[in-house]
Amino acid sequence: MPTINQAEIEQALDAWAKHLLSNTAPRAAGKLAIVGLITHGDVLARRLVQKLEQAGCPAEYGAIDITLYRDDLSLRGIRPALRSSHLPFSTDDMALVLVDDVCNTGRTARAAMEVIFEYGRPARVELQCLVDRGDRQLPIQPDYAAFTLTAPQSTRVQLKLQDIDGEENINY
Amino acid sequence: MNPRKDLITIDSLSDEDIRTILESTSAMKDIFTKSVKKVPALKGKSVLTLFYEPSTRTRSSFEVAANRLSADVTTFTVSTSSVVKGESVHDTIDTLMSMKMDYIIVRHKNSGIPAVIARHCKASVINAGDGAHAHPSQAFLDAFTIKEKYGEVGGKRVVIIGDILHSRVARSTSTILRRLGAEVAYMGPGPLVPQEKHTGIPRFTNWEQVFQWKPDVIYLLRVQNERMDTPFFPRGDYHQAFGITEERLRRIDDLNLSIMHPGPVNRGVEICDAAMDYRNTLINNQVENGIAARMSILYHLTPQTQNND
Repeated sequence: MPTINQAEIEQALDAWAKHLLSNTAPRAAGKLAIVGLITHGDVLARRLVQKLEQAGCPAEYGAIDITLYRDDLSLRGIRPALRSSHLPFSTDDMALVLVDDVCNTGRTARAAMEVIFEYGRPARVELQCLVDRGDRQLPIQPDYAAFTLTAPQSTRVQLKLQDIDGEENINY
Repeated sequence: MNPRKDLITIDSLSDEDIRTILESTSAMKDIFTKSVKKVPALKGKSVLTLFYEPSTRTRSSFEVAANRLSADVTTFTVSTSSVVKGESVHDTIDTLMSMKMDYIIVRHKNSGIPAVIARHCKASVINAGDGAHAHPSQAFLDAFTIKEKYGEVGGKRVVIIGDILHSRVARSTSTILRRLGAEVAYMGPGPLVPQEKHTGIPRFTNWEQVFQWKPDVIYLLRVQNERMDTPFFPRGDYHQAFGITEERLRRIDDLNLSIMHPGPVNRGVEICDAAMDYRNTLINNQVENGIAARMSILYHLTPQTQNND
């Protein structure tokens, strides 16, 4: 089972932050916001905001829980506990970067966009993720992916992050 | 939490169920602060409110909750329905099931009716109050209000005051609070405060005992007018004996205690006017939290209507 280890993830986050600095921030006109999708995307978003700050490019930080917007809620017997979304700034005219852990079917990103537009009218929205594992079911593509996997559809991609899982790696 | 079709009593829930519903209540409340106060979680689902007893607050609270989850709400008003023409509860259920409802919210003067309805239909049934038996959604909003005020329910002392014997609120709220680690005591007119030998809930008959017990929260029950002027409830005396008078309010203020009440409030009976404006009176918080708690309950129940109907 191939593994991406903690050091490689950290390196990838550095490269990701550089991409945000050189490609995303210039188009944001000082109105950049990094919004993590709870729970793993949220941890990544916080780390990226920290890296941006260290590089002298402060960005707003938010987190959203998309559970209530899922298109498969009524098909699932178990309803997951909800987390509180946290967007402590007006999203109007902001350049928002949605940060997801693993981009797969595109359904999470679709739900996230629905959430975002209920808070206001951002100037632009980008989707960036740590892992793009393909197999999209909707016409949605990430604008940036730190890792692109060409694993078969049946492969389970598992991301663990220190803050949540006590260890950090990607297994697939 | 495990898939669960109905909510009839707090006793039927696991500790995890209670914790999960409370946790999600907080997230539901955040929805109220968005410019769009609605989420699509129950889009296309149908919710019926079936109230055999008068209620404005609980019913509208459930209706607002269902609307904010994007469900379609139908109100079955008993006084204008076939029930007054003699239709039995079972026949009403058959009629309602033909309408393919996903959630049915029931209030009935007889204990056990919501459970009967739950057994006979695939819809999720929520007990919105049955006789003197249970009122679980009230229990959740009360527990959440205390959690929000103090950070946690465990370790808090709550004294419930009034007609405990006939109160489904007292029963459900004391159950959930004790499950969450709070201590509960009862105070009220002697004949209306049950002896709780099996639970060990302290039983007081006057305010002095209440203050000595050092509660954090004073929870007043509504004096039901239909029981007034009976030997249990001489009208004029109730306020002096068991209500929050201005003098007692001063002590409550000094001790920084909170006041709760399930509503509607009888001013001058359970509570004086000044206490309604007291800084730690949480009655309006309870109303707001009621909507969030009911959204969480609706969200966490799983009707069995989707696969087979």
